[in-house]
Amino acid sequence: MDVKKEKELRDAEAMAEKNILLTGIEKFLNWGRVHSFWPASFGLACCAIEMASSGNPRYDLSRFGYEVFQASPRQADLMIVAGTLTRKMAPVARRIYDQMPEPKWAIAMGNCACSGGPFADSYAVVPGADSIIPIDVYIPGCPPRPESLIFGMLQLKQKIQNPTKARLIKYGK
Amino acid sequence: MDALNNLFVNIAAAIRGLFADSHSFSADLTINIIAFIILFLIMVVAALFLSLVERKFAHWVSQRSGPNRLGPHGWFQFIADAVKMLGKEDITPANVDKFFFKMAPMMLVGVTLMVFGVIPFGKGMVAIDLDLGIFYFFAISSLSTLAMLMAGWASNNKYSLLGGLRAVAQMISYEIPLLFSLLGVIMITQTFNLSAIIEAQETIPFVFLQPLAFIIYLIAGIAETNRAPFDQIQGEQEIVAGPFTEYSGLRWGLFMLAEYGNVVATSAIAVTMFLGGWYGPGFLPGWLWFILKIWLVIFLMMWIRWTFVRMRIDHLMHFAWKILLPLALVNIFLTGIGIYVYELLIARIGG
Repeated sequence: MDVKKEKELRDAEAMAEKNILLTGIEKFLNWGRVHSFWPASFGLACCAIEMASSGNPRYDLSRFGYEVFQASPRQADLMIVAGTLTRKMAPVARRIYDQMPEPKWAIAMGNCACSGGPFADSYAVVPGADSIIPIDVYIPGCPPRPESLIFGMLQLKQKIQNPTKARLIKYGK
Repeated sequence: MDALNNLFVNIAAAIRGLFADSHSFSADLTINIIAFIILFLIMVVAALFLSLVERKFAHWVSQRSGPNRLGPHGWFQFIADAVKMLGKEDITPANVDKFFFKMAPMMLVGVTLMVFGVIPFGKGMVAIDLDLGIFYFFAISSLSTLAMLMAGWASNNKYSLLGGLRAVAQMISYEIPLLFSLLGVIMITQTFNLSAIIEAQETIPFVFLQPLAFIIYLIAGIAETNRAPFDQIQGEQEIVAGPFTEYSGLRWGLFMLAEYGNVVATSAIAVTMFLGGWYGPGFLPGWLWFILKIWLVIFLMMWIRWTFVRMRIDHLMHFAWKILLPLALVNIFLTGIGIYVYELLIARIGG
């Protein structure tokens, strides 16, 4: 096999890996997705109060188009695990997450949802929501201010817009 | 101005002129297909745009900026929402009645689209010039109740079923004052044809002759389109999202499309029956006046939506049967007396 043909084949392989055919559509869809996360209105503890106040006129989450909190998980794109996840609530939270249609994302809001927070060694609390739900963005704080939540959602936007970068950060080269 | 006024009528005539016989079957078919496509586009674009206008209006009411990151002042937000909805997973839960589950949103959109067929957007600009126009509007729009119940029943979910039953109770109750409020206008004009009703308002819009009927129509119309303060069928606190609970992605989008399409249709009928349709000061073409008046009524409905809180379900039913219906009957009675006196005067004076 001559060198030129081999190079062509390798290029085609690389192109197929990059999914060159659908990349335009994927980018377009991602553009739509990042500009309208509709969170499920699902609050667990005090962080939910901060989540609610981030939708208020003072912080105004709606500037980014994210203020449409949906009552039914079937119509939501984003789950904000806002607060302490107890062992009793964990199956319910997982079920609500499973009821959401793909593509879906989850944010762990507050120390309790990130790692169990002050209740990390309690027998009643799940130490970190990521043991039952795949979390995309962790927001520390007890509770995090509304600005932090908005910043976290914007970080999620960055993550969705740059899938290659996100994969590199997670898995290395 | 005359050319601008008759712009669409002339275009239709030009298309008809392409055929050998301008009233043959194929010419009619072509015009009908074009009218259907245009009406469909009007409904879809108006519904998408209204979803953003509503959010903007909500933010204006609560004194904040609203969506302002995408495009100039956030006016491209609805495109992102629509694109996102196109890319969502379409879930059909395991235990639903699959045929009716998939049928319900399509039926609701179809019913809404059928209402648009009789709306006269300008002089001669009506897709189907029915003699029974307003009768057709009522017959078709009451079918949307069936679609709601279908969605609620087929979802196999207690919240959906409760929402569907609420929809039936509410929409059937409010249909009666809605219908009775328009009888006064029909008594004056002696016709069911929407274009003829608008032509009867050349001197004075009926909102001045029938102010009570207009208010009753507006209230009952808001209840018919299931918007706050009458949105019990999707009250988040009690029944998750009413009949729409199990719908995801584009199917739920169809429900939203139908809701906003219904808002436009109800406003268009309000403009036709009460606000003088395409008549207005001569510096704008008639069809533009019609559209501007529709927007006026829509803004009124949004204003009411973002001002009042949700009513309790029993208060809602009491309001329909004990207040609106008697008032509508009083309006019919007064209109009858008015017409009688008017005819007596005409006979005496010799008009």
